[in-house]
Amino acid sequence: MKTKKHWYDYLWIASTLYLLLGFINILFAWLGLLCFFIPLIISIVKGNKAYCNKYCGRGKLFNLLGNKLGLSIKRECPTILRRQWFRYSFLIFFLTMFGNMIFVTYMVFGGSRELVNVVKLLWTINFPWNFSYNNSISPWIAQFAFGFYSVMLTSTVLGIITMIFFKPRTWCVYCPMGTMTQAICKVKNHGKE
Amino acid sequence: MKVKKRAIIPKNQCVACGVCVKVCPRNAISIISGVYAKVDDSLCVGCGLCAKACPASIIKMEGDVQ
Repeated sequence: MKTKKHWYDYLWIASTLYLLLGFINILFAWLGLLCFFIPLIISIVKGNKAYCNKYCGRGKLFNLLGNKLGLSIKRECPTILRRQWFRYSFLIFFLTMFGNMIFVTYMVFGGSRELVNVVKLLWTINFPWNFSYNNSISPWIAQFAFGFYSVMLTSTVLGIITMIFFKPRTWCVYCPMGTMTQAICKVKNHGKE
Repeated sequence: MKVKKRAIIPKNQCVACGVCVKVCPRNAISIISGVYAKVDDSLCVGCGLCAKACPASIIKMEGDVQ
């Protein structure tokens, strides 16, 4: 078996750290944009899914939890998860939520809405998050951080749930970033495959 | 009569996550253009590790009678 470790095999540390830093200062949530832009840039410029295949820290984290720590039952995932319509619907849903978050940030920026110090889990459950925010920064910067952290936390929770019941990296099957980068690769490499 | 087992990956169902590439002890699988995973039949020994690891559970092991 292959045993050689690469630097990127340790990126699960970054993903874990990201979630923890959100408890210390919510502004760290902005770092999550890296997980949004890097895969997109790689797929647009290089036309591949190197991010998913090599660098994704979340994938590594689920692999660690499910395989190394044995927290996964490793059953087969429901077929619906891998259906194209489901994956694209989930992507659209995610992008809509993302757009909504940008809109709320914009409204706070424009002053037509007050900053809400909550982290929203699974788009419904509100967690008051006053402990990791001090009032010295512009409200819209904080609002975006709360919104983005909510997205990251929600997707991690969903990923952990499917990691436990199905194969460790089941999140990868319906991950919106994965669906999006694959779609970009399909368009970019059309005819070349 | 010899039966050679090998992994079959349906192209249109693959999410190109790369889990199979990582577990393959023979480096027989590669992701083509970020769209799907492809097995090199000349390298595949049919061990089934990829089928076990595939999060979408789409990899099937098939036997070829030779």
